[in-house]
Amino acid sequence: MLKDIQSTGSKDTRSGFGDGIVEAARKNNNVVALTADLAGSLKLNQFMKEFPERFIQCGIAEANMIGVAAGLTIGGKVPFTTTFANFSTGRVYDQIRQSVAYSGKNVKICASHAGLTLGEDGATHQILEDIGLMKMLPGMTVIVPCDYAQTKAATIAIAEFEGPVYLRFGRPSWPIFTKESDFVIGKAQIFSEGTDVSIFACGHLVWNAIQAGAILQEKGISVEVINIHTIKPLDEAAVIASIRKTGCVVTAEEHNVIGGLGDAIAQCAAKHHPVPIEYVGTQDTFGESGTPAQLLKKYGLDVPDIVAAAEKAMARKKG
Amino acid sequence: MPALKDIATQIRRDIVRMVHGASSGHPGGSLGCADFVTALYFKVMKHDPAFHMDGKGEDVFFLSNGHVSPLFYSALARAGYFDIKELASFRKLNSRLQGHPATHEHLPGIRMASGSLGQGLSNAAGAALAKKLNGDDRFVFSLHGDGELDEGQIWEAALFAAHHKVDNLIATIDWNGQQIDGPTDKVMTLGNLPEKFRSFGWLTLEMNGNDMDDVVATLEKAKTMCGKGQPVCILMHTAMGKGVDFMEGTHEWHGIAPNDEQLAKALAQLPSTLADY
Repeated sequence: MLKDIQSTGSKDTRSGFGDGIVEAARKNNNVVALTADLAGSLKLNQFMKEFPERFIQCGIAEANMIGVAAGLTIGGKVPFTTTFANFSTGRVYDQIRQSVAYSGKNVKICASHAGLTLGEDGATHQILEDIGLMKMLPGMTVIVPCDYAQTKAATIAIAEFEGPVYLRFGRPSWPIFTKESDFVIGKAQIFSEGTDVSIFACGHLVWNAIQAGAILQEKGISVEVINIHTIKPLDEAAVIASIRKTGCVVTAEEHNVIGGLGDAIAQCAAKHHPVPIEYVGTQDTFGESGTPAQLLKKYGLDVPDIVAAAEKAMARKKG
Repeated sequence: MPALKDIATQIRRDIVRMVHGASSGHPGGSLGCADFVTALYFKVMKHDPAFHMDGKGEDVFFLSNGHVSPLFYSALARAGYFDIKELASFRKLNSRLQGHPATHEHLPGIRMASGSLGQGLSNAAGAALAKKLNGDDRFVFSLHGDGELDEGQIWEAALFAAHHKVDNLIATIDWNGQQIDGPTDKVMTLGNLPEKFRSFGWLTLEMNGNDMDDVVATLEKAKTMCGKGQPVCILMHTAMGKGVDFMEGTHEWHGIAPNDEQLAKALAQLPSTLADY
């Protein structure tokens, strides 16, 4: 039962990145870290201490950072660029498009402070469009891990994976409920099996989806909760298998409903097995200042919103 | 080996024919920089036409102003990276010779896509830094348009390369004073470029980019200035369209192709010194 999934603690996902990159660098001498004046926020302190010669400070110049990273790959380096998600994507879209994606370079774009849970800094920093921006780029792998352990595992995994990757994580302390060994790039993580409704979630909202799923199970509903941490390439086999069983879907993400996980699932469903889909995410709007909890509630990304969306999806299926 | 000047003449001939054949492309800057790229690939750089993407133990070149692709392609083909016959496919469907340089079609010699301006100095700085990290003592060269210096990323990279003492990087600016909408002084004043680069922490040189002896001597000098804790910038004076009188010194031929009559006129000024493709 989903209620039996307990958190083993709480930590920010960005610390998973910071701890992961140290392990990746210990394993692989070619791993280098770049930052645009946000080494502390991206938890690179240990990396800088252990590998000072492999840490490249770029100053507040993200476009150059992406270009330098692309250049570093030519000498066989595996560069990880680090800054906030907004500055990792929207600000440098053309640099990523030409120098990384089109050029097929092995750059890992690592983005913290994504989504509403950035909180008080407000909409200038709360990018809700980055998953869409990145998944539209041909050849880009897009990964949105759900907790500290998974972010650490994903960071280690992408160092050994050949090709450009966008890794999205966040700022707030968040429950830890997965094991590092659970993570495989491109493989959906199934938390519960069921026959009434599929809930696909990514990032911080996986925990919310599990809480919502537990409430639905209490009500006697047979629910599948699936973590789609790799949004591209999508684990289509897992998605199709689930929706064939359940016949309706909820998607949950800390992102605009346009362009994100929901769109990816909908496209897969439309091609293979069309079913009713309800989207939990921001509804084509910018965010604002507030605490993460307040913002998730106000913008409809909270546990009760996922429960309501599931009930609506099931009702549409019957109708 | 044929004289550098003769190779440059053949490359100019290739450029005009390629742009004519595609009915599109950018002859002006390509002709202006032909002597420079010829000097790099046939004299100055240590490089291997068998082409290894990582360029370890080799000098590597980044073309930031990717629109001068016909020049780049002709030089690579003439240097042995691929068959010169392939130059005829420039800008055509299913070609490896895309309108702007790309790695996507795996054309030997291309290490980075370029065309969207302002990115190549960052790429070159990154590759140069990788060489330093790898203990590889070869050089990284790059070429940039002067109009391209309008892009802010160039100045981000200029700060970066100086801060990190990327002293195996030799960036050359094609200072022809022209950009698409007209003279650079009218479109966006660049001011004192040598002083700008010096104030950013670079060592600077100037040369006449259409005088082969000066180009070779200056590039060799630039190499001797490496390893001293500062990146090197060469401000290269060229005439856009150099070698074809009616294309010379004007932005009008930045991005248009000659018609049949203009082609004949141009080729009459550019005798075939090696075999045509």
